[in-house]
Amino acid sequence: MEIGLGHYLAVAGIMFTIGVFGIFVNRKNVIIILMSIELILLSVNINLVAFSSFGEDLVGQVFAMFVLTVAAAEAAVGLAILVVYFRNRGNIAVEDVNMMKG
Amino acid sequence: MLASLAFWAFSGVAILSALMVVIARSPVRSVMFLILSFISAAGLFVLLGAEFLAMLLIVVYVGAVAVLFLFVVMMLDVDFAELSAGFAENIPLGALVAVVLAVELLMIGLTWESAPQAAALRAAVTPDGLSNVEALGTLLYDDYIYFFQAAGLVLLVAMIGAIVLTLRHKPHVRRQNVADQVQRRAEDAVELIDIKPGQGIGE
Repeated sequence: MEIGLGHYLAVAGIMFTIGVFGIFVNRKNVIIILMSIELILLSVNINLVAFSSFGEDLVGQVFAMFVLTVAAAEAAVGLAILVVYFRNRGNIAVEDVNMMKG
Repeated sequence: MLASLAFWAFSGVAILSALMVVIARSPVRSVMFLILSFISAAGLFVLLGAEFLAMLLIVVYVGAVAVLFLFVVMMLDVDFAELSAGFAENIPLGALVAVVLAVELLMIGLTWESAPQAAALRAAVTPDGLSNVEALGTLLYDDYIYFFQAAGLVLLVAMIGAIVLTLRHKPHVRRQNVADQVQRRAEDAVELIDIKPGQGIGE
C-alpha cells in the first residue's frame, strides 16, 4: 500500500485530537497541559511538512520552522510562569489561578 | 515497501506515545513519552524528505524543550497524585470533545481536494538536485530573511521574559557591584605607613 498525503494527515489529525483530549482530561496539571500544547503544535508541523513534501513547495517547511520557534518560546515562558506561580503558592493547581479575578 | 513499513512504525509509535503522554500517571513518564513522540515525528519528517526539520526537531525539542520540562517537573515539589485526582471524571467530557473533533477532521479530510490551479500558485517549488538543507537555507536566507530575524527576536524576547520572571535576589547573598569595583581607587583602599625599626604600628 502506497503511503500518500492522506496517511500523514490522518496521523497529524489523531495527534491533534489526543492533544485536545489531554487538555480536557488533565485540567488540574499545568505541566501536562503544556505538553499537550506541544503535541498539538507538533501535529500542525506534521501537516505543514506533509503538504510541503507532497505539494513540492518548500515554504511549508520554512513555516514549520517558525512554528517550532514559537513553540520553544511558548514552552520557555510557560514554564517560567509556572515556576513563579509555584514559588508564590506552593502548588500548581490551575483552579486557583483565578485569585486575581476582580 | 521499506518506506511504508517505516511509516507505519513511526506513526504508530508517535500516536501511542502521544496517548501515553496524556494518560501517564507520573509527569516524568509523560516527558519521556513526549521525547519518544518527538523522535518518531522526526522519523516521519525524514520519510517526507525534510531532513533538516527532523534534525531540528531532535535538537530543539528533545535537547532543549523536553529537558526544560524535565527540569521543571523534577524541581517542583508537587504532589502529582493529588493533581491527577479528577482524571476519571474528566474522561467523558474529554472523550466527547475528542470524538467531535476527530469526526470534524475526518469530514474535512474525506471531502478535501486540491484546487486545479494549486500547482501554479506554489511560492517556492522544491528545486531539483539540491539537498534539503541547501534548498531550505537558500530560501530562508534569500526570501524569508526578515521573518527569520523576527523569529530570532521572538526567541530573544522569550529568553528575556523567562529570566525576568524567574530571577530573584536573595537579601543575604552578597552580589558583585561592578560600578563600585570600577570606582575604587588605590588611595581609598591602601594606606602606606612608614614604620621605623623597633617601633611597630602605634594606634
